[in-house]
Amino acid sequence: MQVSVPFSPDQASSYSGQVDLLFAFLCVLTILFGAVITLLIIYFAVKYRRRKQDEIPRAVEGSMRLELVWTILPFFISMGIFVWGAGLYYRMYRAPNEALDIYVVAKQWMWKFQHLDGQREINELHVPVGRKIKLTLTTEDVIHSFFVPAFRIKLDVVPGKYSTIWFEPTRPGRYHLFCAEYCGTSHSGMIGWVDVMEASEYQAWLAGGGGEGSLASTGEKLFQQLACNTCHRPQGRGPQLEGVFGKEVQLQDGRKVVADETYIRESILNPRAKVVAGFQPIMPTFQGQVSEEQLLQLVAYIKSIGPKPGTETGAAKPSTTTPAGTTAPQR
Amino acid sequence: MESVVEVVPPRTHYVNAKYGVKSWLLTTDHKRIALLYLASVTFFFFLGGLFAVGIRLELLTPQGDLVQAETYNRLFTMHGVVMVFFFLIPAIPATLGNFLVPLMVGAKDLAFPRINLLSWYIYNLGALFTVVAILLGGVDTGWTFYTPYSSTYSNGNVMLTGIGVFITGFSSILTGLNFIVTIHTMRAPGLTWFRLPLFIWSHYATSLIMILGTPVIAVTMLLLALERLAHVGIFDPALGGDPVLFQHLFWFYSHPAVYIMVLPAMGVISELVANMTRKNVFGYKFVAFASLAIAVFGFLVWGHHLFVSTQSVYAGMVFSFLSYAVAIPSAVKVFNWTATLYKGSISYDTPMLYAFGFIGFFIIGGMTGLFLAALGLDIHVHDTYFVVAHFHYIMVGGTIMGYLGGLHYWWPKISGRLYPEGWARFAALVIFVGFNLTFFPQFLLGYMGMPRRYYAYPEEFQVLNVMSSAGASILGVGYLIPMIYLIWSMRYGPHAPPNPWGAFGLEWRTSSPPPTQNFEKTPVVTWEAYEFTPREDVDVVGVMDVLDRTLAPPK
Repeated sequence: MQVSVPFSPDQASSYSGQVDLLFAFLCVLTILFGAVITLLIIYFAVKYRRRKQDEIPRAVEGSMRLELVWTILPFFISMGIFVWGAGLYYRMYRAPNEALDIYVVAKQWMWKFQHLDGQREINELHVPVGRKIKLTLTTEDVIHSFFVPAFRIKLDVVPGKYSTIWFEPTRPGRYHLFCAEYCGTSHSGMIGWVDVMEASEYQAWLAGGGGEGSLASTGEKLFQQLACNTCHRPQGRGPQLEGVFGKEVQLQDGRKVVADETYIRESILNPRAKVVAGFQPIMPTFQGQVSEEQLLQLVAYIKSIGPKPGTETGAAKPSTTTPAGTTAPQR
Repeated sequence: MESVVEVVPPRTHYVNAKYGVKSWLLTTDHKRIALLYLASVTFFFFLGGLFAVGIRLELLTPQGDLVQAETYNRLFTMHGVVMVFFFLIPAIPATLGNFLVPLMVGAKDLAFPRINLLSWYIYNLGALFTVVAILLGGVDTGWTFYTPYSSTYSNGNVMLTGIGVFITGFSSILTGLNFIVTIHTMRAPGLTWFRLPLFIWSHYATSLIMILGTPVIAVTMLLLALERLAHVGIFDPALGGDPVLFQHLFWFYSHPAVYIMVLPAMGVISELVANMTRKNVFGYKFVAFASLAIAVFGFLVWGHHLFVSTQSVYAGMVFSFLSYAVAIPSAVKVFNWTATLYKGSISYDTPMLYAFGFIGFFIIGGMTGLFLAALGLDIHVHDTYFVVAHFHYIMVGGTIMGYLGGLHYWWPKISGRLYPEGWARFAALVIFVGFNLTFFPQFLLGYMGMPRRYYAYPEEFQVLNVMSSAGASILGVGYLIPMIYLIWSMRYGPHAPPNPWGAFGLEWRTSSPPPTQNFEKTPVVTWEAYEFTPREDVDVVGVMDVLDRTLAPPK
């Protein structure tokens, strides 16, 4: 069901209508509730206005029945709103398996985007209409928040971890992108545009740029540059990374973790936090040597040599909200 | 209010009992300390207001043109810090509460008069640090001090401001402690718990939050200092910390702090609604327990500030559920106030106008809270002007209406003078109109997608911003009028009788202003709360006792 709410931004994603519907419902509820109370107050205030300075009205006993009604009724109404809102939230923050991946690095005060095909852009994001887009976001410095009003989505971008959000643009156009979490002097300048394009235009745009090759291939080059491949190879001193992504990994201390983006990032920056069973904790940290963007390139590479789609296992938990590196402090 | 013939025999009361600066600065009289607090919070209210003027002027145009971005960020930060910690939190408890809690329970003073004075000095010490921070150029973190911006990146006077907030918290703790002990141990003979005015119940609930919540903000500020000064990794991931942990700690205090602001205002409104209609409060026990329920549930909802913070989806659901739970007792209060009007004798004097205003703001502020607690919708409106409008309606609209309504209602008791009723009604109207014009457009701005704390903004947001700034200028005038006539009335207002409103409650059974020891004789309470007439089905409706309206305190 679609509703159009005055003062609402463009409806340009699959959520927009759903959010607006809940908003419209709550507006109606507010107006009803406000009108009932206001009219009652006005009616009482006129009818029972003080007529003589020294009059004293008779006391009125409270009513248990009324108290119960106006405790229980609002409770059930609010539970209804709760379930409605929670359902929407769950859908918005659970990324689908099949989505177009885009990687985002925020910093004071810009948004940097990396596409799988190798295109990189700043403060401007091109996406095709009608496809599910999944963003993996991180930041180089303080907390930012990725906010596109027309899509009704927002997610904080927290340093030290990856957060993910997804959306499906439904209408081509050019929409505001804002930073919604105060991040310093030029917070209000940390804005940009999301360009939603028809599939054909998007293909043309993809073909037009790029240059350095796909994100995964850039990651692969980096993998060799940093000499990761001297250990991470067959019979090497480190675990082999082919086919690892998304799978459950047995750790030395008996725990099991899913090798997702967060785990890979942590293992590069803080290798001793979660060592794979059967290996020595000898890997040096790459903290300070690789930027957040390069980290994402490495992740994209490892993802690209992961299991082919369809054979995917593990990765059962929602990838949205796993804090990275909180279990083991980095030294 | 009717004017009273001016034949006042010279009488000793708390204001003229002693003279000289020292007699004020070293006083342990809760009424004098209340006035000291009144002076302090009024100063900070106008200081915070001054920053707001800067904000609204800058936002008149989409481009950042009046001040630098850096300056703007400092303006909204200091507006928030000053208003929240130095006005809204102490406004009602430390002034009206301080003045009225002992009077309402029939006591001579608070349980610990010297601790009460100490709390004022602690407040001012904290305020001093903050003022120095402001004079040195201010701070730009937002009043929320989110890490790692505040701990690592900000170049403002974060530490000085943080110390100010840290210190001031203790004044709040001491006030809460004093209230709780006083209410438990110093009630007049016959004044049982359920005969207490609802103002006392709400201050009791507020005090619980003050002593249980405030230590957490102190700890949080301390941890922030450890990271900023000693680089201990607590919040900054670069040092091995977790930035979201800060948000949990900060809101664990700062959400209940909203109830420190609004619960006392609710207490004032209960008094106004009952006394200005001369009727018992409908569902007294429900209103009383609603205050306690709000205080308790208020501690369990902090996570609704973190719905988009990458907190777990399931934690979000728990906090959303609990946020709806805390809405119920608030709604119960509104219903009971409305029902109290039924068959009352409703006065249109200024305090009642503020009570009507409070209910209006509270409905809008409260209902928009339901929008924000709805998880899927919060994603869109979080950190936008929708939130700004919502919390101004509740924290500011609610608290100011309670504060000004209470100040007018008890002004004859506090100052011994009557204020000019016509001007006061006019000011109440100006404030109501100005407030709505300032903050209602911000709901629309928020839904349209304007993020908060923006120095410059896209052009489509300008019209609503201009409306908001126009409203703010009306609101500013509205605040100045009471300030002028209240000060004027202290000298030129007609003398007030002990009970100018024909109101109920112990504070009206002593002279205006009360003597230092509050009552000539310890009162013995043999009546229920707000028992204007006996509750039995008596057909004869009584007429006010003439004695209550005479100038002399009742025998």
